[in-house]
Amino acid sequence: MSTETTLPELGATGLLRFMWRQLTSMRTALILLMMLGVAAIPGSFIPQRAQNPMAVRQYYLDSPELARWIERFSGFTVYSSPWFSAIYILLFISLIGCVLPRTFEHFQAMRALPPLTPRNLSRMESFQRFAGDGSELTKAQSWFKKSRFRVRSEEGAISAEKGYLRETGNLLFHLSLILILIGVSVGSLFGMRGEAIVNKGERFISLATSYDNLSFGKLVNEDSLQPFIIEVVDFVAKYDPVTNAPQDYTATVRVTNPGESTSTIKTIKVNSPLTFGNTRVYLQANGYSPIVTVRDSTGQVALQGPIPFLPQDGNLSSIGSIKVPDANPQIGFVASFYPTFARNGGQGGISVFPEALDPKLLFSIWEGDLGLDSGIPQSVYRIDTSKMKRIALDSLKPGESFSYPQGSIKFETFVPWINLQIVDDPGKGYSLYGAIAAILGLLASLFGRRRRIWIRITSTGVVEVAGLAKNGAPGLDAEIERFVTHLKKEM
Amino acid sequence: MQTTWAYISNYFVYSAMGIFALSFLAHAFETAWAVKAPQKDANESGSVLTKTLDYTRTERAARIATAMMILGFLLLLGGVIARGISAKHVPWGNMYEFSITGALALTGAYLLALRKHDLRWLGLFISISVLLTLGTAITLLYRESAPLVPALNSPWLVIHVIAAIISGGVFLLSNVIAGAYLYLDAMESKGDRKPWAKRLPDLESLDQLSYRLVAFVFPLWTFAVIAGAIWAEAAWGRYWGWDPKETWAFITWVAYAAYLHARVTIGWRGKRAAWLCLFAGSTFLFNYVYVNVWGTGKHTYSGL
Repeated sequence: MSTETTLPELGATGLLRFMWRQLTSMRTALILLMMLGVAAIPGSFIPQRAQNPMAVRQYYLDSPELARWIERFSGFTVYSSPWFSAIYILLFISLIGCVLPRTFEHFQAMRALPPLTPRNLSRMESFQRFAGDGSELTKAQSWFKKSRFRVRSEEGAISAEKGYLRETGNLLFHLSLILILIGVSVGSLFGMRGEAIVNKGERFISLATSYDNLSFGKLVNEDSLQPFIIEVVDFVAKYDPVTNAPQDYTATVRVTNPGESTSTIKTIKVNSPLTFGNTRVYLQANGYSPIVTVRDSTGQVALQGPIPFLPQDGNLSSIGSIKVPDANPQIGFVASFYPTFARNGGQGGISVFPEALDPKLLFSIWEGDLGLDSGIPQSVYRIDTSKMKRIALDSLKPGESFSYPQGSIKFETFVPWINLQIVDDPGKGYSLYGAIAAILGLLASLFGRRRRIWIRITSTGVVEVAGLAKNGAPGLDAEIERFVTHLKKEM
Repeated sequence: MQTTWAYISNYFVYSAMGIFALSFLAHAFETAWAVKAPQKDANESGSVLTKTLDYTRTERAARIATAMMILGFLLLLGGVIARGISAKHVPWGNMYEFSITGALALTGAYLLALRKHDLRWLGLFISISVLLTLGTAITLLYRESAPLVPALNSPWLVIHVIAAIISGGVFLLSNVIAGAYLYLDAMESKGDRKPWAKRLPDLESLDQLSYRLVAFVFPLWTFAVIAGAIWAEAAWGRYWGWDPKETWAFITWVAYAAYLHARVTIGWRGKRAAWLCLFAGSTFLFNYVYVNVWGTGKHTYSGL
């Protein structure tokens, strides 16, 4: 009867212990590792919201039913999905459960003496037996010392061991993986990432409202923003005249740090971002902003300034929209800009070179409701013309203007814009050190050889030598050969 | 001047292909003629027919094959260097350049290994794969020699890509050996090895060799991925972004990590290990072909 009363308690701890043992078993870890690899696959075929939000939107438009199903399984956010997280969290728990006890054991083993010399050496590997002159133990002692073996001296025998670096490296490797994971977590909890399009000649002030999009880690908010000012003084893009491929992008900026009255001139290139402490500013993309002046029928300026257009191809054919919400009724220009214009069949155009050699602005003018008050977020590059009426169509070169019954538009000139990406990742240092330690650990664990060598002098003066290589590490025979040669050498 | 060097490079590559083709023929001749026709053995009583291998008959062919391989290597080396001079950057700025440099690395690795071990049984395979790689490169992947796009203009291009090329070459070599293991294993389970296969090492050695190659190059692959991450941090503002190329590099890494664990900790050997090795290698190949040609993401440059 007493067993019945104690059973539930035993069962609970027993079950826990059973589960823990299962989770930390090598086989489970291996299965989890394989699962992690397989789980990473779908994200390389299905567009991911974090990498390519436009493609996800397109997916929804093309096949809404399938998209909803994919969404149900977090298919558009695979790498932050519950199931992907579950796999790697379980894997890391399993890893910790595996590595921590081993670290402890290894630490003890390193401080302990090598095991006693086995009674029967002839059963071990590379066994050798020869007649000695009595000096072998002393010679062996000095050889072991020179070869940096750890030694246990016994009565008429020496047990020596070497190659703990292998296990040290192995443990270091796995522990550094944990450090990398910590680095990734710190980055996603305390990091920040934002983007802003800045026209040449304009200033960017790092405030939450100046970013085109801005996201924070879970444990930080706008208060942690580094307040700095970047003025885009110049931007130069060089292209290959034959292939049209870009060769170099250089942005020259004037940087003012907070609380400082002086500013410094810096350059940003694609592979060399600007750095303030943990925050870095990257040059990510570039394009053109046509500068236009739109007037109403009375000649009043309704809109004036540079409007960033979105490049569509390598030759920077760009699309954009010019919205005049204050006009009554509202006016919108569905426009495209070609830095080096060429006719494309009928009335369409293409750009044949990314530099502005023969720039042209093509547009259609629409009248009606721009839909800005509908509450649905709108693209700044596009206009929903479903509630509008087209009233005119034209193309302009810089300096030209066009008049229509409701007003006029002048294409003044254009400036380049650059897209700055501002990133703060306080965790990346941990990941980097973790990665370096992981490589060092890996090298030690894959190339380290753990082995033991024993020598014994029997009561009749016969020398016996043997060894044992863990994990079938190669080279023991040769090493024992060298050892024996040393023993046989004259002092 | 730039185009002159590009032309010189192309001539070198074409000549190298011709020489590799000759090397392939010599290897094929050697493999085929080393097998003696069935003959009556005088010592045996009666009608026992034996097939034996006789390499003394084909030693000359083998030497010619290797000499051609060396000549092809030198020509290809000239082609790769000329390409680098014409483009004024390291010769792996696009997939064509990556392929010819990869073929050069494979030939070099084979010739280097040949100095220590008699691996001439692999020569037939090496010469045909180099030929196929060069053929694909020059017909499908060829691009005019051009300067680098800004994103590639970094010292990491040298470090990251060299590590990736070497790891890829060794992974593929290890895959070939694992494939040979499975093929010979199937052959042996039906009886004796066929005569031509007798010169190949025994199963145990193939199994070990395949594992050694992976164990040797796994840290280098890890380094290639990490170097890529450091570069990505400087170029794109994040060190890891699950770009398709990164994802597949990670999958390859995980697959080989699983392979090493399966061997070292659980003790997998032979068939199961060979299949796992093949699987891991195929993820690398998939990454190279799929992501470069059909994929999207940040690793697609300059056409290909």
